[in-house]
Amino acid sequence: MSQARHIVIIGNGISGITCARHLRKLDSDVKITVISGESKYFFSRTALMYVYMGHMKFKQTQPYENWFWEKNRIDLIEGWVKQIDFKSKALLFTNGDSLSYDQLVIATGSKPNKFGWPGQDLANVQGLYSKQDLELMEKTTEKGVSHAVIVGGGLIGIEMAEMLAYKKISVTFLVREAGFWNNVLPKEESELVGRHIREHHFDLRLNAELAEIIGDQNGKVKAVKTKEGELIDCQFVGLTAGVSPNIDFLKNSELELKRGVLVDQYFRTNMPDVFAIGDCAEFREVPGKDRKNIEQVWYTGRMHGETLAHNLIIKPVPYTPGVWFNSAKFLDIEYQTYGTVPANCENDDVINFYWEHRSGKVAFRMLMDQEKKILGVNNFGFRLKHEFFDKAISQGWTGEKVMAHLSKANFDPEFYAPYINEIQKVYKDQFGGEFTPSKKSFIQKLLGARI
Amino acid sequence: MKLIQKLGLVLFLGGLLAFTIIPFLGSYQLSEEIVLSQTKEIHQESMNEILNPLYGKTYQTNFTFIAELKGKIEAYNQELKDKQEWDQVIWDDYTFPLTKASVQSPVKSQPLLFLFLSIGLVVLGGLLYNIPKHQGEPEGIKNNGIFHSKMKNRGWLGMITGTYLILFYIILYWFPAYMVNAVWMVNPLSLLLSGNPASQWFLYGFIYTLAILVMGIRMFRKYRGNKYQQLRTASVMFFQTAFAFLIPEILVLLNQPYYDFKNIWPLDYDFFYDYQISTFLSNGGVGMFMLIWGILLIIIAVPLFTYFYGKRWYCSWVCGCGGLAETVGDPYRQLSDKSIKAWNIERYLIHGVLVLAVVMTLVTIANYFSSFSFLGNVTNQLHSFYGFAIGSAFAGVVGTGFYPFMGNRVWCRFGCPLAAYLGMVQRFKSRFRITTNGGQCISCGNCSTYCEMGIDVRWYAQRGQNIVRSSCVGCGVCSAVCPRGVLKLENGPEEGRINENPILIGNDSIKVNA
Repeated sequence: MSQARHIVIIGNGISGITCARHLRKLDSDVKITVISGESKYFFSRTALMYVYMGHMKFKQTQPYENWFWEKNRIDLIEGWVKQIDFKSKALLFTNGDSLSYDQLVIATGSKPNKFGWPGQDLANVQGLYSKQDLELMEKTTEKGVSHAVIVGGGLIGIEMAEMLAYKKISVTFLVREAGFWNNVLPKEESELVGRHIREHHFDLRLNAELAEIIGDQNGKVKAVKTKEGELIDCQFVGLTAGVSPNIDFLKNSELELKRGVLVDQYFRTNMPDVFAIGDCAEFREVPGKDRKNIEQVWYTGRMHGETLAHNLIIKPVPYTPGVWFNSAKFLDIEYQTYGTVPANCENDDVINFYWEHRSGKVAFRMLMDQEKKILGVNNFGFRLKHEFFDKAISQGWTGEKVMAHLSKANFDPEFYAPYINEIQKVYKDQFGGEFTPSKKSFIQKLLGARI
Repeated sequence: MKLIQKLGLVLFLGGLLAFTIIPFLGSYQLSEEIVLSQTKEIHQESMNEILNPLYGKTYQTNFTFIAELKGKIEAYNQELKDKQEWDQVIWDDYTFPLTKASVQSPVKSQPLLFLFLSIGLVVLGGLLYNIPKHQGEPEGIKNNGIFHSKMKNRGWLGMITGTYLILFYIILYWFPAYMVNAVWMVNPLSLLLSGNPASQWFLYGFIYTLAILVMGIRMFRKYRGNKYQQLRTASVMFFQTAFAFLIPEILVLLNQPYYDFKNIWPLDYDFFYDYQISTFLSNGGVGMFMLIWGILLIIIAVPLFTYFYGKRWYCSWVCGCGGLAETVGDPYRQLSDKSIKAWNIERYLIHGVLVLAVVMTLVTIANYFSSFSFLGNVTNQLHSFYGFAIGSAFAGVVGTGFYPFMGNRVWCRFGCPLAAYLGMVQRFKSRFRITTNGGQCISCGNCSTYCEMGIDVRWYAQRGQNIVRSSCVGCGVCSAVCPRGVLKLENGPEEGRINENPILIGNDSIKVNA
């Protein structure tokens, strides 16, 4: 009997770990090794902010207890890969060790973008992606930081602002665009988030671009300069203008790269038996309509991992993502999205339905095509059911049908304000339709539920 | 921290200090009148004789007085025991009533003043500290700094708090004579409510209720914007104040048996004890109603309500232990152990206690119907063992004293036999479950961290599986702290409630059994 096939995964983020877990589920013989220099055990990257703010301990960000890996015979190696020898199928580590593989999965994730700003490598200037970034940020903001500047208005930026606020550090937010995260969010939603950021006393500067980061004599940041020439004193700068594939160690190798590791729909790179998944992979062709070549969210990483595991063990199938979904939390406001709701959705090709609660913190948008079939939704400040919209969007329900069944999509905790009723009513007023908006339930009336 | 909160903290600590010092105030003088008024007729003669040497003497501390008092009675009993004259031995413990009657202290003469200076200041301080919390902040739950806290992450403040609570419970259960001053403080209130002088249990019930009320207000502040938490908290505050505290006292005032209408066997483990049964039977229609009501709760209410709503209807909406855990204990909820190991211990321990409670009760009932000929002695020993080990040590000392060490549901999770019973119904025949929202989980772990029952909620959420666990008390905090809107407490059809092989949606390449 031949020796078991050895599959080596570089990177223990959600993509790599999901792949490893599913490999083991599908095949009890294959030898699996996961390599990471960041941390021995898998942790949830999305929870780093909670560790900083004292909501959780680092250990609690680890979804599996430590015995899990040994029990499932997933070998863990702590180390950094320096180089890959594709000919002899071996990895070379920075500490001089080497490891051979039969099949290799590259799942090295992302790193924060730095766009060559002067001073971007000064002390107290950093992004937030890895465990090391967290540890660095904990150290640098421990004392002597009273004001910080965050460059870039995205999801990590707002997390960083919230983190700094926990340490009573005031924050100026430099956002190049005219609205917060407005390359993803339509205008109203972007404004909703912007208002909430200001409600939390963050100094949100829109249309403001970083020109230079200025250091003191010790090489530590002391101020930033905007393109308009304004100087802002600060002792910490967060760089959160997006992320890009973490593939520096693969440059100048035989592996074909663009922004990320180029892969086909089966996650195959140009080298035999070498695959790439997650944030670091770049599809040669977009994996679906309205999809991007590089997918950098938790959920797609997970799907890449589970699909590749299937491909390596059962039989290769092309990666076919379903209806898009995503979620985030902007300080206190939760956001979910299902389907396609582009930022520039105010055009003649689509029909927009937008409802906003008078508090300005709860909102719902539904996009429909010309035949009034649902394309996607955004919801802020209340929760909607994934399953419902996955079905409605993939089956092409009409807006009217979605509205008629909307109470089934409610995922808010019990006794919450019945926003659904209001949304149905407003939709009916605008578009008509053969359905009756839901009424308050007996309990809701009894408890005086209001919208 | 706002100035008013600092003031609150100072008042709280001052009140706590006063409460701690009060038991040591005053002096003790025993007299013949006291002995005659506090002892049963059959013991009066001998007690008068035994304690005669103490009469007229003034003891400056409770330690010397109680030592002398106990010493005399024990010496007397020992002599009889040596002579095998068992029926002459004084088995009743008169330490508490005699000490309470003998104390001469400013607290006894001005109880309301001292009540205000101790418990009053604690309550006032607690309110001043809690009410301004999060004012001027947008609605939203913030668990900021919990794991950096000396109080909430087993730091030195937590250790001190836990130790204080443990000592309090030990004194309350086994050495109440040392806190007679504190009992005197609430005497006027007890007289007002039930017409009877206060016991240590009245003091305890009073403190317990106030603790739930003050910390309930903290819950309103902390979970503002979350209707489920607000209502649930209001509910436990109501049931504690009305059902556990006021109604039983008022019943006594009306010459009816003391009865907590929401306490259910086997948590209420002495419900079938012979003295309880005879109390019910000797109190006419009201007593009979109480007996039947208690039995209906066990055989109808528990299965029925648990079927429709899960065990939360009791554990986190009605129960007194749950009420304390959900209010006073809330700051410690993150300390519960989520490991598989803890789960294994939990399952053996809690069902073990249930078996013990059931066996004890069956023996008790059999004994009752056989006119105490069946295992009479064993029954008594079982009662005293259960009362000591489970009723007092586990539920009280460990149950509450361990909040700062092992989280706020130690008793409910590892020991409560009623929780075990409710849990079996919830696991096998209920419409309750926590559903997860498709593929939206990001495995961050907030849900697991803040689960007071130590359920690894994330394990289920990240694979899209419904959470159907016997231990879940439905507090709803996992859902409240989830940043991505993944968890929802629901009652629904039994079909598909338990989905062992869930499918994560969103990936059309393959069908993924997570």
